[in-house]
Amino acid sequence: MNILSLFVVVPVLTIVGILFTKDFKGARVVSAIGMSIQLVLAAALILMYLGARKAGVTDEMLWTADYTWFKSLNIHYAIGVDGIAVAMIGLTAIVVFAGIFASWEVEYLSREFFISLILLATGVFGFFISLDLFTMFLFYELAVIPMYLLIGVWGSGPKEASAMKLTLMLMGGSALLMVGLFGLYYNSAPDGGSLTWNILEIAKIKIPVEAQRFFFPFTFIGFGILGALFPFHTWSPDGHASAPTAVSMLHAGVLMKLGGYGCFRVAMFLMPEAANEMAWIFIILTTISVVYGAFGAIWQKDLKFINAYSSVSHCGLVIFALLMMNQTAMDGAILQMISHGLMTALFFALIGMIYGRTHTRNITEMGGLMKVIPFLAVVYMIAGFASLGLPGLSGFVAEMTVFVGSFQHQDTFHRVVTIIAASSIVITAVYILRVVGMILLGPVKDPHHLELTDAKWFERLSTITLVLSVAAIGIAPLWLSDMIQASLEPIVAKLTVFNPF
Amino acid sequence: MRHELLLILAAVIVLIAELAVSESSKARIIPFALGLFALVTIAGFIPGETGTLFGGSYQSNELTTMMKNVLNMGVLIIFLQSESWLKKPENVDKASEYFVLTLATLVGMNYMISAGDFLIFYVGLETATIPIAGLAAFDKLKSRSAEAGIKLILSSALSSGILLFGLSMIYGATGSIYFADVLKNVSATPLIIMGFIFFVAGMGFKISLVPFHFWTADVYEGAPIGVTSYLSVVSKGAAVFIFTIVLFTVFRPIMEQWQHLIYTLAVMTMTLANLFALRQDNLKRFLAFSSIAQAGFILLGILGANGMGMASVVYFVLVYVFTNLGAFGVVAAVSAASGVETISGYNGLYKTNPKLSLLMTLSLFSLAGIPPVAGFFGKFFLFTSAAGSGYFILVLIAVLNATISLYYYLRVVKAMFIDANEDPAPTFRSSNAMRLGLIMCLAGMFIIGFASTIFDYLRNISDVLFN
Repeated sequence: MNILSLFVVVPVLTIVGILFTKDFKGARVVSAIGMSIQLVLAAALILMYLGARKAGVTDEMLWTADYTWFKSLNIHYAIGVDGIAVAMIGLTAIVVFAGIFASWEVEYLSREFFISLILLATGVFGFFISLDLFTMFLFYELAVIPMYLLIGVWGSGPKEASAMKLTLMLMGGSALLMVGLFGLYYNSAPDGGSLTWNILEIAKIKIPVEAQRFFFPFTFIGFGILGALFPFHTWSPDGHASAPTAVSMLHAGVLMKLGGYGCFRVAMFLMPEAANEMAWIFIILTTISVVYGAFGAIWQKDLKFINAYSSVSHCGLVIFALLMMNQTAMDGAILQMISHGLMTALFFALIGMIYGRTHTRNITEMGGLMKVIPFLAVVYMIAGFASLGLPGLSGFVAEMTVFVGSFQHQDTFHRVVTIIAASSIVITAVYILRVVGMILLGPVKDPHHLELTDAKWFERLSTITLVLSVAAIGIAPLWLSDMIQASLEPIVAKLTVFNPF
Repeated sequence: MRHELLLILAAVIVLIAELAVSESSKARIIPFALGLFALVTIAGFIPGETGTLFGGSYQSNELTTMMKNVLNMGVLIIFLQSESWLKKPENVDKASEYFVLTLATLVGMNYMISAGDFLIFYVGLETATIPIAGLAAFDKLKSRSAEAGIKLILSSALSSGILLFGLSMIYGATGSIYFADVLKNVSATPLIIMGFIFFVAGMGFKISLVPFHFWTADVYEGAPIGVTSYLSVVSKGAAVFIFTIVLFTVFRPIMEQWQHLIYTLAVMTMTLANLFALRQDNLKRFLAFSSIAQAGFILLGILGANGMGMASVVYFVLVYVFTNLGAFGVVAAVSAASGVETISGYNGLYKTNPKLSLLMTLSLFSLAGIPPVAGFFGKFFLFTSAAGSGYFILVLIAVLNATISLYYYLRVVKAMFIDANEDPAPTFRSSNAMRLGLIMCLAGMFIIGFASTIFDYLRNISDVLFN
């Protein structure tokens, strides 16, 4: 079997395995085993990919496979990965692995919890390996819908309302996306011949510019909603705040990246002319996202809301960088996706662990946690430093590349938005340092907090996995950016041919 | 002709068999009739001859055979799901009537689908409609059921009158009732357009399109659940089939005109039914409005007026049969065990009946068009068909409506999984027949979606006919 298909088969088998377990201990062990296998597979895939590129394989996509599914509509189960997809698969595997251990003590309906969580992961993995728009869309919806139950059943706070809001907004996004996909399909053979859903096939032809102008906004906004594009980001703070720990991790860490990934792989790659024409609209929107998210985070008192707004800001930066449409900025966008995925997952994991101990997420009620739970506190600081872009951690590499790339544009418009967006670095520092100062340093505010115990083994495993990944990218980013760069070339080439700037 | 003859034979055998069983063991007729109908359903799949009979009044081809098989499968599942309800002491004496009436309507629908002229079409339509009124009033001692029967027969009579009026105009304008002759003489003259509008209005009642839907919710609520599911799945499916066939063949010359009409009806049906469904608490009413909305989606497939459109309509109805019967089956099972028929009554159902809740969730997801269940494929192909004819704005309206519909489907999911309840519906075990019926729905929801051969087959046989 193709190694890529394993990424869908293993989670499905894990789900089947969970069905046969009796209690929550069995369920979590089976999930942990399944997702560990997935992590090993992802590591193997990364090594194999680097090996193949070193050996001089220059195909755009590797390990491709193609099986006809619905013959009359030319729908295929077509898979294949390039460096970007490999990196995203690696990210997903790490976050899911950490997520399983972060939810080690979910006892309420735990089998159902792990099944939904892994179903979500199946959708994400399937999305990243797909080359066929239909299959991709199927996996995309599969990844979104378990969120409703995950937030609704295991969440906290106004969970029903948040779950409904999130699901409807994301499904509304996928509704727009569906229209865009139909547009792509029916314009995939402008000179006659058979219509196709295959991304690589469509990339070879030029979709009529008129059609692009109509369908690009649908596709881009459809994916953009999942990427928390302003003003469609409102599901994100509520959803993340109500979701249980592992779900916030997976959602902010991975699912929001589906939006960014789709934006360039489908919308921009396949409709480059329209992308160039309309980029300015979305650049303005994402600049607002970046700054607004960061300012939003300053005013929040709930740890999860702070991180949710911070995610809006960081994911906005991803799409911002993609729209700059040059090699450096897009490289930075991918790095930012991975870096943000890892550190936001780390943040949400830590917030869940701290909440599990203090039973509050309100930063004004906590203080001096460094003294009582030093391990979690130190990790929280590392995550914070990564988020504000301290050199040596992943955030610095990503943001640096993004802003260098966007500053390469000489015109005033791009210069101005870049400067505005770059100001978010300062704002990020404000809210991160404020939180760190309030909850970790200073005197212990609540005497009950003196009796807290530090992280247990599974919590350490979960957080250390993520910290190591964040540090690995920060210290040695080159292997990752090499992997991305080669794969970005065809996309950037297609976009810049028509670049009017 | 095989389908019709087998059904008539089965109905007659059930009638005779009822004479043979003694008063005290009437219940035995139920498994007998079930087995008999299962054989009829299987026999329907044996490849048979195609062609026309009676000088073109009756026509049969692979597509009509497939449509009849879809209806047969739906009825089989409904019979399985009604078994425990029929065994109740107040119904067991009338059990054979239930089977005979249902089979009689099914015969009517089969003739309607195979009709080659408007006479057979109309006779089939009436044969299909009148026994349903008897079925809707089956719980004759309950006033709601009797009311449902009356409402159904009155609105059916009205719609049949409107339909006939339209047909008379078309006959007047074209001088023939044969589809083939009418086709030659149809053009966009005022009289024919007028007749066509009356025809659509009449069919709109049967398919319950907005604004001809007013009878639906009351009848669905009052009729016994087995009959409600029959109305919403089989009866609607058959009406959709013949409506599509007539539009694609007889009225093809005035396609441009009817596309405007269908477009408007589709938008109204989807949107209004969705808005009504948002507010329902009774599950039968809720499913009634949901089924109206689904009919609106079906119209998108019809708009294409080509092989893809026909294939997507038949495929969607096939998916819809298994999906909607899954939902109705759960409602029937819960109602039989605890009498609960409201959404709020389903609060906490997952705690006590996890399997039923799960099946209900999958059915609702399938109705909403969410993968991995078959409803996703069904809706996607309907939209593909409409998009293929260039109706992108309509597809946009439809997908946004699908998102709205997700809200009310999720309300039921929320009740079952999330809402706390001190006193949820008690745990129960359904009868074996009911379980078999539900398992068939579950299997159908997965197999029909992923097994691409089904859609490809439908596409092939439709492409041959409509290109």
